[in-house]
Amino acid sequence: MKHLLAAHDLSLDEAILILDTASQMAATQSREIKKLPTLRGRTVVNLFFEDSTRTRISFETAAKRLSADVINFSAKGSSVSKGESLKDTALTLHAMGADAVVVRHWASGAPYQLAHAGWLDAAVLNAGDGTHAHPTQALLDAFTIRRHLVGRRGGRRGGRHGGAGGDGVGADLKGLRIAIVGDVLHSRVARSNVRLLHTLGAEVTLVAPPTLLPIGIEAWPCATSYDLDETLARWHPDAVMMLRVQRERMSGGAGAFFPSPLEYARRYGLDQRRLALLPEHAIVLHPGPMNRGLEISAAAADSPRSVIVEQVANGVAVRMAALYLLLAGGSSAEGTL
Amino acid sequence: MSFGTPSVTTVLGAEDIQRAVTRIAHEVVERSKGAADLVLLGIPTRGVPLAQRLAERLAAIDPAFDPATAVGELDVTMYRDDLHRNPTRALGVTHLPAAGIDGKIVVLVDDVLYSGRTIRAALDAISGLGRPRAVRLACLVDRGHRELPIRPDFVGKNLPTSTSERVQVRLTEVDGGADSVSIRGRADDAGRDGAEQ
Repeated sequence: MKHLLAAHDLSLDEAILILDTASQMAATQSREIKKLPTLRGRTVVNLFFEDSTRTRISFETAAKRLSADVINFSAKGSSVSKGESLKDTALTLHAMGADAVVVRHWASGAPYQLAHAGWLDAAVLNAGDGTHAHPTQALLDAFTIRRHLVGRRGGRRGGRHGGAGGDGVGADLKGLRIAIVGDVLHSRVARSNVRLLHTLGAEVTLVAPPTLLPIGIEAWPCATSYDLDETLARWHPDAVMMLRVQRERMSGGAGAFFPSPLEYARRYGLDQRRLALLPEHAIVLHPGPMNRGLEISAAAADSPRSVIVEQVANGVAVRMAALYLLLAGGSSAEGTL
Repeated sequence: MSFGTPSVTTVLGAEDIQRAVTRIAHEVVERSKGAADLVLLGIPTRGVPLAQRLAERLAAIDPAFDPATAVGELDVTMYRDDLHRNPTRALGVTHLPAAGIDGKIVVLVDDVLYSGRTIRAALDAISGLGRPRAVRLACLVDRGHRELPIRPDFVGKNLPTSTSERVQVRLTEVDGGADSVSIRGRADDAGRDGAEQ
């Protein structure tokens, strides 16, 4: 594998390899000296055509912890605002000798185009494209779920060899139930998570108002529900992932998809009462940034079950793993991941 | 000798390896004047069980030495200088004793010492983890052909080889079966079977 473009490109073995590599990377991040010399002399370009805080900072941190040189490029304040095409931007990056391009784009498929149009020979990592895919987010969610729910189930430390803290190294997510709640329609995070969690053997139920479920969802490898209370009380999910209501993508304002923010919060928001319906071991995830009071209440976001802050830390480890696996090997490494 | 098939010469058997590890344990204690402050770090894959075995011998020699708190694993993959030249390697586990390595005497344990590049990577990895009082190197086999100014402190067996040969170490814990050290692809293996140290 030369690129990381979508979660559904990953086979089970590849996904587990990335998660296992990430747990070794996470172990290095608890050291006093966090920097590793692994990607010294490699150049990683962060190419962001859409606003992002945590994904960009996370990729930047990951690349720097591996000693790569990082160049940040955002569409605002660059030649893109003068009308430069994606192709010309890519050719510029090629001429500058980028080894990897981390791209976020508002258009679904832009990373695929960048990887396959022949403009660049760098590895392309998709950091979110339109409403298509966000593979590193899905990987960090799976990593967080595995660490909490599989690592503990399988005993704290797998003997002496659980050096990375017994976070379920080598395991998949078979048998776990994960509810993904909220704005599925606009969410690339939900799409990537459904595919990756399915690959890893978990069961997924999407919970959303009918207006926020995309057409054709019957073909996705998951169940759907319109009723959050019933899903929490009857299906007993091991993890609940709340999605952000993406108001910037709702052209007609929030009113086009649901009557009012308050009604949405009442029916689909995670609050103290719904938190109490969950099994004792269940965890709460959110890809961020959170709309506190809309899809998640402050009490739920700050509860001990919430692993939202840990997701950010795990994001660095997962992105280090992806950069390592795509960049560290020689050119003969293609196809081996 | 047969034509066409690569020859395999067994150089050390299970008992030879056992004796070599016991001797190294005595040398480690002698050199450090006791087993206090010792930390053994095995380099995956086969350095890890070797470090474990060495720790058991050390505990037999000096009861104050506790294998549970003084043995770790050190994965050096991310510090290698040949990552670009090879397909991507899977990462191993790094696991240090809880007390860390600051101020300790670290003994690196590996199976075969060859170019010295793995040990160079290990020294870099150690400097990122702490500041030991001293770092020493124990290996089961030293086959020569160093490419860096690195030498071992404790050697199980010096094995003169040519670069075209391959030294294969098999340990029960990793490979199953009996322990052995063998050389493959040796051009002339007549009369070398059962060689003694």
